[in-house]
Parts: sequence; C-alpha cells; structure tokens
Amino acid sequence: MSTLLRLATAGSVDDGKSTLVGRLLHDCKAILADQIAHVKTVSEARGGDFDFALLTDGLRAEREQGITIDVAYRYFATEKRSFILADCPGHVQYTRNTVTGASTADVVIILVDARHGVLEQTRRHLAVAGLLRVPHVVLAVNKIDLVGYDEAVFTKIAKDVGEVADQLGIADLQAIPVSALVGDNVVEHSADTSWYDGPTLLEVLENANGRTDTSNQPLRFPVQYVIRPQTEEYRDYRGYTGTVASGTVTVGDPVIVLPAGRRTSIAGIDRPVVTATSTAVVERPSAIAGEAVTVRLADDIDVARGSVIVAAEHSPGTRRELAATISWLSDRPLTVGARVLIKHTTTTAQAIVTKITGALDLDTLGVIDAAELDLNDIGKVQLKIAAPLAADPYSSNAITGSFLLIDAHDGWTLAAGMIDDEEGELL
Amino acid sequence: MTAPVINTVTELDALESESIFVFREVAAEFERPVILFSGGKDSIVMLHLARKAFSPAGVPFTLLHVDTGHNFPEVLAYRDAVVEQLGLRLEVAKVEDYIADGRLRERTDGTRNQLQTIPLLDAINAHRFDAVFGGGRRDEERARAKERIFSLRDEFGQWDPRNQRPELWSLYNGRHRPGEHVRVFPLSNWTELDIWNYIEREQIPLPSIYYAHERDVFERDGMLLAVGPYSQPRDGETVARRTVRYRTVGDMSCTGAVASGATSAAEVVIEVAASEITERGATRADDRASEAAMEDRKREGYF
Ligand SMILES: Nc1nc2c(ncn2[C@@H]2O[C@H](COP(=O)(O)OP(=O)(O)OP(=O)(O)O)[C@@H](O)[C@H]2O)c(=O)[nH]1
Ligand SMILES: [Mg+2]
Repeated sequence: MSTLLRLATAGSVDDGKSTLVGRLLHDCKAILADQIAHVKTVSEARGGDFDFALLTDGLRAEREQGITIDVAYRYFATEKRSFILADCPGHVQYTRNTVTGASTADVVIILVDARHGVLEQTRRHLAVAGLLRVPHVVLAVNKIDLVGYDEAVFTKIAKDVGEVADQLGIADLQAIPVSALVGDNVVEHSADTSWYDGPTLLEVLENANGRTDTSNQPLRFPVQYVIRPQTEEYRDYRGYTGTVASGTVTVGDPVIVLPAGRRTSIAGIDRPVVTATSTAVVERPSAIAGEAVTVRLADDIDVARGSVIVAAEHSPGTRRELAATISWLSDRPLTVGARVLIKHTTTTAQAIVTKITGALDLDTLGVIDAAELDLNDIGKVQLKIAAPLAADPYSSNAITGSFLLIDAHDGWTLAAGMIDDEEGELL
Repeated sequence: MTAPVINTVTELDALESESIFVFREVAAEFERPVILFSGGKDSIVMLHLARKAFSPAGVPFTLLHVDTGHNFPEVLAYRDAVVEQLGLRLEVAKVEDYIADGRLRERTDGTRNQLQTIPLLDAINAHRFDAVFGGGRRDEERARAKERIFSLRDEFGQWDPRNQRPELWSLYNGRHRPGEHVRVFPLSNWTELDIWNYIEREQIPLPSIYYAHERDVFERDGMLLAVGPYSQPRDGETVARRTVRYRTVGDMSCTGAVASGATSAAEVVIEVAASEITERGATRADDRASEAAMEDRKREGYF
C-alpha cells in the first residue's frame, strides 16, 4: 500500500545499534545542522569524538550510562522511499522495549559485535523477531574494523547466526559486514572489505518489501466505536467505525458479525469530508486493509465495540480457549492460575492462565518444562477467557492473532501474545 | 538536507488512518478525554483528524488551551472562531491567573512556556480528564522521540521515561488507576513535512502567521523575535522590517520567526523539505536551555 518501511535494531548491549542508526541517518544526509552541532558540542564536552549514538540516545540517563534504555523513533527518506526507524535497547533489562520496537517492524537489523560473536541476547532478539514474524532480518556484523576486516570472522558469525535463524524459522536473513563507526557498507561500499560483494545496508533496506499486503485475505473488521450523530441530516445514521484488519470490504458483501454470529451485508462504506465549517460523509465503494473507515450494515442488529465483522464465507468463529506463545514482560513471574485481562482487537475480557506448556530454552532453542515464566521468557500457555473472541492464528493474521495480557490492578502490560496455529509449533 | 518530497498520497493516507484509529480507541475506552488545543498547526491537524474520525457526528471531546498570556492575536482569534463554528467546548487555563495570585512567579527571562505545566495539571485534575491528546511528534525533539503513543502519567502528572509500558502492535493499553491519566499522541509518527503536505492536501486553514508576512523583528540567539508587547529589543539589537513566517507558535516572547517568502502550504512544503535546520532548532529558545530541557519539562508533566 505504501513504500514506507519500518525498521528496528536489535542485538546485545554495546554492539553498536545506536551508532549504526546515527551513521545511517548521517550518511543519508537526514540530520540537520542544529542536530549535528548539538551532538558535536555534547561529544566534545565529554572529551570524545563525534558520538553518533547521541543522535538517538536522547534521555539524560542514557547519556550518563552510555546505553539505550527505551526505543527512539527517527524518520528519514531517501530518493527511493521513506523509513521509520526504531532504535532499540540491547540491555537485557530493557528487552520489553525492544519487543515494543520490533512489534511494528518490517525489517529487524540484528547487530553482532565481530569480536564477541553470538551472545545470549542475540539469540533472544532473534527469537523475538522470529516469534513476531518480522518479514526480514538483516544481520549486521559490526565493528569489523576492530577485527582487521577479517573475512573469516564475518563468515563464521554469519554461519552461526544462520543456524540460529534456521532453527527459529527465520527464512530471510541477509548478512553484511559493517563498521558503524567508520561507515563501512552502511551507505557506501567499503574498500576494506573487498572480499564482500553483497549490498550495503541501505541498498538492502531500499529494496526490501514493505508490510505484507493483506487485502486479499478474508475480511476482518473489528468495530471500534459506534457513530450515531442524531442530527437532522443524519437522524437514523448508525455507522460502525474501525480499521480494516485484513481483506477488502465492499458494499453488498455478505458478512457475519461475531461473536453473535448474525448474517447481514454491507449497506454502505463512508469516507469523511471535513471542511472549515461542515462535517459530512460521502459513500465509497470499498476499502482495503489498513484503512480507517465507517461501515453501515443492511440489518438493524446488535453491533458494538468488540464485535468483529468478518467475511461470511471465511468466518473464524469464536473461542473461549486459546493456546498461544507469549513474551513475558513483567518483573513478577507468571504462574498457572493467574487472573489477567486479555486485550484482543477491540475486546478486553477477563482470562485465566490454565496451563504453562513450556518455555523456550535460549541455548538449545527447544521448549522445556516450566512452572512459571520470568521476565523476558518466551513461553507457551493456555488461556480460558470470559468472553468469546473472534481470533485467528497469528501466522495467518497479525491483528486478529495477537493480544496483550494486562494486570487488572495496576494496568501494566504483562505479555505480548501470539495465537498458535493448529500445529502449535513454538515459532 | 536534500531529501526530496516523496510523501505520496498513500503514505499520508496511512498516517491519517493510524491517527483516526487512535482517536476512536480513546473515545471508546476513556470517560473524559480532552484535546490540548493551542491554535498551532499540530493541534489544528489533530482536531481535523478527530473530526474525520467521528464524522458525520461531532467531536466527542472537550478542548483545553493552556494560555501563556503571551499569545499571537491571530492565533487566539483563530481558536475562538473554530470553537464557535464547530460548536465545541473550550476550557482555558491561564498562566496569568497563577501569576496574579502568586501561585506562579514570572521567570527572570520573562518567558512562560515552562510555566504552563502547573495550570495544565491543575486543569486535568479539576476536570478529571483521563485521556489528554497532545500534538507532540517524535520527530520534533530527542525526548519526544522516546514517547509511546499512549503514555501513562502518575498522580502527579509525571512521566517516567525509564519505566514506560511496553506498547505492542496497535494494541494500545489505556488502563490507569484513579488519579493517573494517559497522554495520547496521535501525531507521533508524523514529520513536519507530513503535517504540511497534509495541510496542503486537505486545504486546512491556519492562522495567518504561518505564512509569509511583514513584521518588525530583531535578532537574538540567532532567532528573529517580533517587536511587541512581550519582547522588546535590548541595547545593541536592531529592529528591521522583514518578510517572515512562523514554523511553530508558542509563547510570543521566545518563539522565533524565520525569513520566508512562502505564502501557501505548497510553498511551505518546498521550504521545509529544503530546510537545513529543525523546526525547534530554528524557533524555540526554551529548548536550547540545556541538554535535556524538554525531558525535564516532560517529566514534570509538560505537554
Ligand atoms: N570501533 C568501532 N566501535 C564501534 C562501532 N560501532 C559502535 N562502536 C562503539 O561501541 C560502543 C557502543 O555503541 P552503541 O552504539 O552505544 O551501542 P548500542 O548497541 O546502541 O548499545 P545499547 O543500545 O545500550 O544496547 C560505543 O563506544 C561506540 O562508539 C564500530 O563499528 N567500530
Ligand atoms: Mg543503543
């Protein structure tokens, strides 16, 4: 639908993610004079060279500690396309923020320090990327300047990461030797890596496919909010607002409204027309995945926030029990029997964790038995839910297949969840 | 910067849809949302998007203006006209009231952007607003670059950037305890260029100060400040009549103008795309105060 590409960085602490992001922005001429001047002043005050990481490490604590704590978003464009860049932290304590940054990414750039090779955090972030089904993963073997531009080091790390990626089901992995500090193979090809004849990082990013277009898939339309203007002009108007999660909605389409299961058809799709003084709508014939619209239905049936309008021929049905893979984001461990809230599309309901089936072991990448899930664990659980959900497997629909678990007491987001498909494979 | 103007219509459509989604989530999940409306371009775009989100019904939110008392008259006139035309409810929290009764003291430099925090937080408490829409964009400033779209504030209105809630996909979690509130930033992913492309595409009217006009200005800290009731040239600062426009509007005493001949949104788009300096770098003295000026203000509860 658009040429926009969303990137996120990942990898272990100090592998050079922020430096790489700064370098990329700098070499794409996406940094303006006052920002450069600011980084120069701050770098000099600390008695060091120009520190590219300061372009994204904007918090006081980040600058004091020299690490990234939370995601920084940057926006830039080249001749070819525009980018939203999420620079994520590497420190294990802030993994939840890296999951945040990666959840909306089309491409994850995993960095590995050429001197250190694959670390536990590299494996964890690869697992997160695999679990989230991020379409492309780029491996940047960084600090290649510090290993004398040695091809053997690059090849070894590319092979190690390739094996992990295979096990995690990451199909699309592109390895590049880079030096974020010097700029090798970031935007310009490096003369010091003559043994590497692949693309630069920017070339990979400019040519990567963006978000998968889901407008050919079955319609899913979670209702957000019901509009009833009750004005003279729109006296009997009743519009159901939402963003098309997948598929295409067309006037006349037969649909089912879940969870009730009532059949009806699309009577109209409205597009807002707003001028300085008037607020109105005009009809449009159809809308595709990603568009925020208002639909009207042919029959006067009970539809509210939490209803999902689906293609009549391809209804997912509803369920009150789910098997899912979750990334646990809370300091308090998850135990069987925990009562939580589940937020799934526009429904929030009570849920109970009935079973912890297992947890991902980062060393073997296999599933092991687990009595509880701790902070940053990836595990498999079963849930019983107080309301029927119109859910799909995450592998077929990232929107109707994903959910949050929330602490009902303090509101904290406890987990990111992805609904398993029939095979129930972990990743 | 040589970045070309490549924002296609479909990219603006995607941004628009994302923002509309956010407005609808808030309308459905909160009881007393409010839009911070200053009459600046970002809040104007925000209101336009909110109107689209609920059309053909009206916007189900109140507006809140935190008034520094150092306003551009054109902006106040614009604010009042919009409220009148659309039949909206406007609350105004005045910094002047706080200075008058001693709850706040005028700063030595005379600027009032920083003084807005307490009136803002008091208004949020008094009206029990639970969701507060701000027009902040992540591309504006390095602390803003770290914001969630739904950003929790504690009982004291404070932001804790070291301990933000995870925010996954577009599943926005607005749960909060009594006394806490959520700041919501529907324009998070818009850039200054996107805003101007959108203003031009949608033909959104703006206060006239956003376009080139003649004004008596003097130079201070590399900015062009208007001669007016709140800012006067000091010794050695010379006044000249120049053709300028504003890239942001804030406290008139510390918001700078830029030399510009752009008289339409289309011309501003070209100018912004070619600009060598960021919007805040060009126009906000208050952000230059220290390395983490914005972060510090945001922690205390600022916009
Ligand atoms: N020699 C060399 N040093 C590098 C390179 N990339 C980064 N560094 C240095 O490595 C250190 C860590 O860099 P950062 O960019 O802050 O690392 P990070 O991955 O963002 O760290 P976290 O975000 O905290 O996980 C800094 O001192 C950088 O200057 C490189 O390619 N070569
Ligand atoms: Mg970093």
